[in-house]
Amino acid sequence: MARALINVPAKARKGDVIEIKTLISHVMESGFRRTQTGEAIPRDIVTLFTCSYNGEEIFAAQLYPAISANPFVTFHTVATESGTFEFKWTGDNGFAATETAKIVVE
Amino acid sequence: MTTAHSRRRFLRSSAALAAAAAFPLPALAQKAPRVLVIGGGFGGASVARELRSIDPKIHVTLIESNATFTACPFSNAVIGGLRDLKAQQFGYDKLRAAGVNVVIDTATAVNATSRTVRLGGITLPYDRLVLAPGIDIRWGALPGYDEAAAAKMPHAWRAGDQTTLLRDQLVAMDDGGVVVMSVPANPFRCPPGPYERASLIAHYLKTSKPKSKLIVLDAKDQFSKQRLFQNAWKELYPDHLEWVSLSAGGKVTSVDPATNTLATDFGKQAAQVANVIPPQKAGRIAEIAGVANQTGWCPIDPVTFESVLVPGIHVVGDATIAGAMPKSAFSANAQAKVCAAAVAKLLTGAKPQEPRLINTCYSLVAPDYGISVAGVYAPAKDMLAEVKGSGGVSPLDATADVRAAEAVYAEAWYRTITTEVFG
Repeated sequence: MARALINVPAKARKGDVIEIKTLISHVMESGFRRTQTGEAIPRDIVTLFTCSYNGEEIFAAQLYPAISANPFVTFHTVATESGTFEFKWTGDNGFAATETAKIVVE
Repeated sequence: MTTAHSRRRFLRSSAALAAAAAFPLPALAQKAPRVLVIGGGFGGASVARELRSIDPKIHVTLIESNATFTACPFSNAVIGGLRDLKAQQFGYDKLRAAGVNVVIDTATAVNATSRTVRLGGITLPYDRLVLAPGIDIRWGALPGYDEAAAAKMPHAWRAGDQTTLLRDQLVAMDDGGVVVMSVPANPFRCPPGPYERASLIAHYLKTSKPKSKLIVLDAKDQFSKQRLFQNAWKELYPDHLEWVSLSAGGKVTSVDPATNTLATDFGKQAAQVANVIPPQKAGRIAEIAGVANQTGWCPIDPVTFESVLVPGIHVVGDATIAGAMPKSAFSANAQAKVCAAAVAKLLTGAKPQEPRLINTCYSLVAPDYGISVAGVYAPAKDMLAEVKGSGGVSPLDATADVRAAEAVYAEAWYRTITTEVFG
């Protein structure tokens, strides 16, 4: 499985705006390049990234060929309750990766 | 490859190219033309000396803040304990003997309209000004890293006291300590430099503090001579060097000198010894003279090295935006020869010739293990581009004999260039 990096604060106060950072290792082959012999290199990209907070989707992003390798996505949310963030990346050629991170909200 | 085996030819041929561009010697006006050079490193000292050898009638003044120059190439060997800092230091006596008026002082202002430079209490006039200011640290670009932080987490990216500080910290560290190095995004002085330094620190740890480890946090996924370095690291330092790329979360986003900690987007790394190579920009005087653009570096005409922002001022070396040419001592020396030839022509109203420039960079991976990259460059569309098919890097599958020979060539290269410029 592809390597993913996640940064979610371990603790937050209820109502705090928290920053979440994610990075997935992926070539993001655009589909527009050719080999030296002229054959097209098929597209191979991550097409969708989602984040759920205790089962509820709080962030989603569609990715396109212009996005460079190893997509780095940062976003904010409000810490409402202790629990688990689930991150999912899906893409071409059946690509799928999942990561989770826990947070304690006081 | 053959290029690595003919370092003498490089120097000689780049000198020949520059000399060829300078002939035939134009007739000079009655009044001796005055050229001021600011910065006495590889670029500035080479320009000053070259101008005197092209035409002894040109009055050349070199302004430099320090009476002793400390060279960066091979200073990683000082950090690794293989070399004394004194072997890096040079004076300006031979430049004086060549007829260069050497002034040890700091230029504080440049007036491009009246063509004067201010230093201390005096004002010096010039017909052509050449700036070779090298680099300055972009303080504050990396949060937490200011001049006070550098006294605790040395950058050692301008050789001298900082080199000694980093060396002393490594020597004082307990066996089992963690050394952390932070490498910035491009552009910066000496593209292969961080990786040579990482190699020689790892060599020191392996031989003197075997329970210790070096972690390199990098803001890039690709770097100069990458496969050569990585193959060597796998072979020589599997337990002592860990390289964390940008895509593995290696980009350092802030540092905390109070705790000697480096933070990335995804974690924190505490260090016993922290070597922070920070973002850089052209040396101080470039900004004062108005020849640096919003990038912090200096755009130049690739034929004459005259600034595209301020007429009458030329810039050479690390401070320039030199297209495909790396920021290296060899590049600065090659650019200096081209610039000096162009300045000599321009002083008489003649047209400078299109140059070819050469660069070679050697890196030591261990005391007896050298690798190199070489290239030839020419003006193309207002930039310096690599001539197609020129140069290359050391072979990936070379024998130990070839690596050992390249380490010897590296040392010989250093002797050759420092003798040419300062000896």
